[in-house]
Amino acid sequence: MSIPKDLQFTKDHEWARVENDVATIGITEYAQGELGDIVFVELPEVGDTAKQFEPCANIEAVKAVSDLYAPVSGEIIEVNEALADTPDLVNSDPFGKGWILKVKLSDPAELDKLMTPDAYQELIP
Amino acid sequence: MPFIPTTDENRKEMLKIIGVSEFEELLQNIPDEIRFNGEYSLPEPLSEHEVTVLLKKLAESNGNTGNNSCFLGGGAYDHFIPAAVGHITSRPEFYTAYTPYQAEVSQGTLQAVYEFQSMICELTGMEAANASMYDGASALAEAALLCSNHKRRPEILISKSVHPFYRQVVQTYCHRSGVKLIEIDIDNGTTDLELLEKKVADSTAGVLVQHPNFFGNLEPVHEIADIAHNAGALFSVSVDPVSLGVLAPPSEYGADIVTGEAQGLGNALGFGGPYIGMFAVAKPLIRKMPGRIAGITADSEDRRGFVLTLQTREQHIRREKATSNICTNEQLCALAATVYLSLMGKEGIKTVASMCVQKSHYMADQLSSLKGVELMFSHPYFKEFAVRLPVPAQDVIDHMKKSNIFAGIDLARFDYSIDNGLLIAVTEKRSKQEIDTYVKVLSDFIS
Repeated sequence: MSIPKDLQFTKDHEWARVENDVATIGITEYAQGELGDIVFVELPEVGDTAKQFEPCANIEAVKAVSDLYAPVSGEIIEVNEALADTPDLVNSDPFGKGWILKVKLSDPAELDKLMTPDAYQELIP
Repeated sequence: MPFIPTTDENRKEMLKIIGVSEFEELLQNIPDEIRFNGEYSLPEPLSEHEVTVLLKKLAESNGNTGNNSCFLGGGAYDHFIPAAVGHITSRPEFYTAYTPYQAEVSQGTLQAVYEFQSMICELTGMEAANASMYDGASALAEAALLCSNHKRRPEILISKSVHPFYRQVVQTYCHRSGVKLIEIDIDNGTTDLELLEKKVADSTAGVLVQHPNFFGNLEPVHEIADIAHNAGALFSVSVDPVSLGVLAPPSEYGADIVTGEAQGLGNALGFGGPYIGMFAVAKPLIRKMPGRIAGITADSEDRRGFVLTLQTREQHIRREKATSNICTNEQLCALAATVYLSLMGKEGIKTVASMCVQKSHYMADQLSSLKGVELMFSHPYFKEFAVRLPVPAQDVIDHMKKSNIFAGIDLARFDYSIDNGLLIAVTEKRSKQEIDTYVKVLSDFIS
């Protein structure tokens, strides 16, 4: 599967696209495939604080629930409201329309702890 | 499937297959010094007839609602149970059915649950109901936890007019969950609205009220809903489902969560149980609702089927983040309630409720005309009311037992500082004659 080159990754299969000091966050194509059909995404509230590598949302498939670990820390400034009616966007377009939340970076140095696309490619079978 | 016991032949064969000639050989590893070597102090076996005679004699030493006029209430009521209810629940397919996690072999059970949930939604006006909880008390406790989890606030306000036992159960659930329970005092038999308004705050997750309340009085539910919502808190109401035959459904007065005790729907008093908790919510809270939920779906050939659904809330999937640790329901009791409601229908439940209102009000009138007896509160009530007596209520209760009357509940037992108070419930089963007899016996006793 193709992995977009403008993203950074976590070992738990989250991705972050950083533009200025805002990170758009979602789960990878590999992750959505493993989870199966996604039926619900429990989003955090705008204004909440995300902490790097701690759960900030969760994603419900038919038989499992998976925590989404924030790739970066900061204030949650936007969540993808479209997922309320069409949670399957996470399956069909995980790197695009299936984005989950946006965080305003509180510490850009944290990005050093994330994986490059190549490193992530090594991780997945 | 009927019960098929093993025979001596079966046992011999099983032992032979595992290479053992006698059962006692399997106990070899138990040391002699801890083995019981005496004789059991048990009587000799009795014939079926002798057993019947013995058990009948034992049972007759208990008073029951069959040979006493029952005016007891306080959360469990002597409502009429049509024979058809027992006839259907005692069918082995229902009675011995296993827990329905394997949908393929549990369609009967799951369909019954689905019907139960649908009926609870119809009665309460709420959008979703679960397959039932243990009882009204634990259902209310889970509602408190739901409020706190959903709103992410630490306080729950509970009216003191909620059943004292329910308040204890809610306290037990909240205590270790870090939820602070604050009691709101009553004013003349219902929740003190001024006090409620003062206590409600940004830290309040939910306001819990019982309607009709422990004293039988109707609560000012519209006002309480407003007070809760204005503070951003949820409004959770514990109801008597029989009362919904005449009272407005909770959805109409802004309830976010509806719980209650459904024992009065086709389930026996049973000396305290098993009872059955109701739990219903508005749609936005459906993923926060505890317990099992049955859903309707279609199989690969588009045939209708029933399943347990939204299981991702439950602990076998979400583990420590589950909405609750409950992983069962009161299936047979729910079936009894479903059969009862099906038989009664919309008109029947209205009739039952109306009769309760009429008979309780007739009795209250008769009693308050007795010298020394007065109604404790001046609020509208459904089928239960409290009277103040000129003597301790326990004396009246003891005396009336001699006339085969369960007179009511002594209010001195609870945390209301009420002396000489008796809580009386009147269901559709109480005839005018029973009521008049009660009044006469009481009148003779206190004069």
